[in-house]
Amino acid sequence: MSSSTASAVSDLAATRGSSASTGDRIFAGLCKGAGIFVLILLGAIIVELFIGGWPAFRTFGLSFVWGANWDPVAEEFGAIVPIYGTIITSILALLLAVPVAFGIAYFLTEISPMPLRRPVGTAVELLAAVPSIIYGMWGFFVIVPLMAQYIQPAVIDSAGELPLIGWLFAGPPFGTGIFTAALILAIMIIPFISATMRDVFQTVPPVFKESAYGLGCTRWEVMWNIVIPYTRKSVVGGIMLGLGRALGETLAVTFVIGNANRIATSLFGPGNTIASLVALEFGEAEAGSLKLSALLALGFILFVLSFIVLAVSRVLLRPRAGQ
Amino acid sequence: MNRLTSLLGAAVASLALFASAASAQQITGAGATFPNPIYQKWGEAAQKANGIQLNYQSVGSGAGLTQARNRTVDFGASDAPMAAAQLEEHKLLQFPTVMGSLVAIVNIPGVADNQLKMTGELLAEIYLGKITKWNDPKLVEMNRGVALPNLAIAPVYRADGSGTTFVWVSYLSAVSPEWKSTVGVGTSVKWPSGTGARGNEGVAGTVRNTRGAIGYVENAYAIQNKLVSTQLRNKAGNFVSPSHETFLAAADNADWSVPNFAANLVDQPGAKSWPIVSPTFILLPKDPKDATRAVNVMKFFDWAFTNGTKLAEELEYIPLPKAVQDAVRASWKTQIKGPDGRPVM
Amino acid sequence: MSTTLLAGPHKDLAAAGQLGRRRKRTDSLMFWLAMAATVVGLLFLLSILVTLFWRGLEAMSLTVFTDVTRPPGSGGGLLNAIVGSLIQTMIGAAIGTPIGLLVGTYLSEYSAGSKLGDAVRFVSDILLSAPSILIGLFIYQLLVLPFGGFSGFAGSMALAVIVIPIVVRTTEDMLTLIPTALREAAVALGAPKWKMIVLVCYPAVRSGLITGALLAVARIAGETAPLLFTSLGNLTWSIDMTKPMGSLPVTIYTYAGSPYADWIALGWTGALLITLGVLAINIIARVVLRQRS
Repeated sequence: MSSSTASAVSDLAATRGSSASTGDRIFAGLCKGAGIFVLILLGAIIVELFIGGWPAFRTFGLSFVWGANWDPVAEEFGAIVPIYGTIITSILALLLAVPVAFGIAYFLTEISPMPLRRPVGTAVELLAAVPSIIYGMWGFFVIVPLMAQYIQPAVIDSAGELPLIGWLFAGPPFGTGIFTAALILAIMIIPFISATMRDVFQTVPPVFKESAYGLGCTRWEVMWNIVIPYTRKSVVGGIMLGLGRALGETLAVTFVIGNANRIATSLFGPGNTIASLVALEFGEAEAGSLKLSALLALGFILFVLSFIVLAVSRVLLRPRAGQ
Repeated sequence: MNRLTSLLGAAVASLALFASAASAQQITGAGATFPNPIYQKWGEAAQKANGIQLNYQSVGSGAGLTQARNRTVDFGASDAPMAAAQLEEHKLLQFPTVMGSLVAIVNIPGVADNQLKMTGELLAEIYLGKITKWNDPKLVEMNRGVALPNLAIAPVYRADGSGTTFVWVSYLSAVSPEWKSTVGVGTSVKWPSGTGARGNEGVAGTVRNTRGAIGYVENAYAIQNKLVSTQLRNKAGNFVSPSHETFLAAADNADWSVPNFAANLVDQPGAKSWPIVSPTFILLPKDPKDATRAVNVMKFFDWAFTNGTKLAEELEYIPLPKAVQDAVRASWKTQIKGPDGRPVM
Repeated sequence: MSTTLLAGPHKDLAAAGQLGRRRKRTDSLMFWLAMAATVVGLLFLLSILVTLFWRGLEAMSLTVFTDVTRPPGSGGGLLNAIVGSLIQTMIGAAIGTPIGLLVGTYLSEYSAGSKLGDAVRFVSDILLSAPSILIGLFIYQLLVLPFGGFSGFAGSMALAVIVIPIVVRTTEDMLTLIPTALREAAVALGAPKWKMIVLVCYPAVRSGLITGALLAVARIAGETAPLLFTSLGNLTWSIDMTKPMGSLPVTIYTYAGSPYADWIALGWTGALLITLGVLAINIIARVVLRQRS
């Protein structure tokens, strides 16, 4: 059933008759051409973003990447604040999402009674289907007031007073900010990570688990000592996939991040991600202006970041597909 | 299969019919977000009155200017007046259409609507991050009789670049030299403190949710949503509340004799003037390729000047003084020339 | 129970009992944590759906489907946004699906471990998860700036780019599942390779391919960011592909940030419509797939 057998069989077919080979040549050419087109597409995206951002790179040089000043009035642009925001919200989102996703995967593969598995599994996957603008609106109209009125004041009053880590929770309870954005992102990536984990957990050969149960292991011990070590690489790959998604999320973050061009020390402070900055400021950037070019340069940086994360995730995930 | 084909054919045909009907007498514009609601209202009413259909995209002044420059729309719209040199270079005529006002909204427990007295300088210091508590001595002194709590001030601004921000920072720059030199004026600026929220609704929502917050919104919004606004001290030294009367006073006192109608209505003199009023502008190509469309644009705004006042006031905009409207009409006659070099109107 | 009678190593029952209880407790704790995690996940979904229904039904009426968007205070509906979304989604899917199909066929039937095949598969996976805002910026550079204006056509192209990797993935996965015996039978009857693929393989996995296309449509129906930079949005009736075109997500984005209560209510209605549509497509796709396999 592997593709090598398939092509061996079909190559046999290809050796017959000249009329067959014309049709075959055309079709094969079409397929291969489409494949090359996809390669060219990615190349074109990288190139176009770079060309668009070139004026900004040229003006500020490499210091654009770590410049801390984003001042549209003075036409000075530096990318470190949105880059920092992108990375920190995504990593926070992972910290929040991975335990929950793992819990869901564990529940669905080991604990849940059979009749519940499909509906609950489908419901969790439907979370992934909800468009991101819905997350943004729901986040702003439902989560933000909750944060502003109950959660943030409570945390600021309690944890904010602690000596060493109090500064992490300081500031007025706007409700929006880095933590809220990370929370919304976490909810968005939970289904991706949990779906990957579920698929991967189910590839563990039953005999391993059965032997462990035979020795008297509890369900959790089987998960912790057998399943996770077996699937560790793919689990990390799935987590990186979730990270890749979180890096590029635009609409969900735009509503709740607060668009501040400074790095706030507090988790409840406002920030910026690359995607939300581009979305918010695009309308007021004229074509040909340095600001538009700075936004496109930011897009290029985001692409590089996503590319690295997604490539690593793929390397970790793919071997499983060949099994 | 036959039924499907005929259904598809009928659908395509009716869509085509729609398309052809839509292009009759259509004018397109793009740009400023500040006047979007009133342009949409005028567009709807004008279509019934004289058949001109307006298609206006509120994409932001920057994108609007780009489209006007490239002549991909019939007119552009900008909340900020363009520099004279730019207007010359791109052969654009700039004229105002209507004015809007901004108010400051606050969320302080115990403070009612239009009770808090503020000045521009204090607002600037708040947004600069220099005044951080509501019971700061400067605020307390101005507001004897109002119990200001020991609460942190949480400034809120517009996260998306917008004309509203432009008007707000124009005001802050006019009253605070420090603001002008450190932050400056633009549709989006580098805010020294506070948090951003998307759109008027975002700012109002964040202010509503956060105790101690202060923000700025278009007046229409504050009124319709019964938000708690503040008084402001105007140039004449009087504390005024936002109202139709104070807006009109600001408009009347404005000096419209500046080139390209780029009047600055922020912080106007006059006993009753509200300090934060601003016109919004249209950018019309001086050398339109299609004279008919250019004429339709001018007819549309002419209609709006004459018949659109009530609609504007309903949405809490301030109509231009009649003298200014006439001056605008005069500029159309002299400045817009068709391909043959002769005035179009 | 006297343990001293036995010689040699023996179990310390007290310690064993303690260890057993601790293991049981850990297992129990993890059980409840996993349940809690699942309940939390489901609660979020419930909260989103409840919010959508509660807020979205407020402005829901027949006018939403029959009237175009109107200025605040004038009522109005979402017809042009819905139609614009339908048009751009359909055209985007119509362009992206065949390309994705061909690439998936290439990967499954022709590449067989070649370097080119690996590269194409890698790139397709990257594109699958690439931020859609960057696709929008790319099409903006390519199809908006040079032509001087936003257009429904550019919007459709951006959506097509998003569709391609989704269809590639499902096509390849589906085609590799086809039993070799089926292919051998076709070839044994004298079919050339391309006929085997088109006339035997494709029909065999038709439901899987349809599922892939449906999931792609569901994905692009909800995309906002790419459309912001390409088709821009249009609050009047227009089906002109060379001009800015309205779409439901962008209209929701515009309305939700506005100061007008009726616009915000309509924004929620639009959000409800999109979510219902997308969820319906997802559920139908899964049901179709399950029936056939």
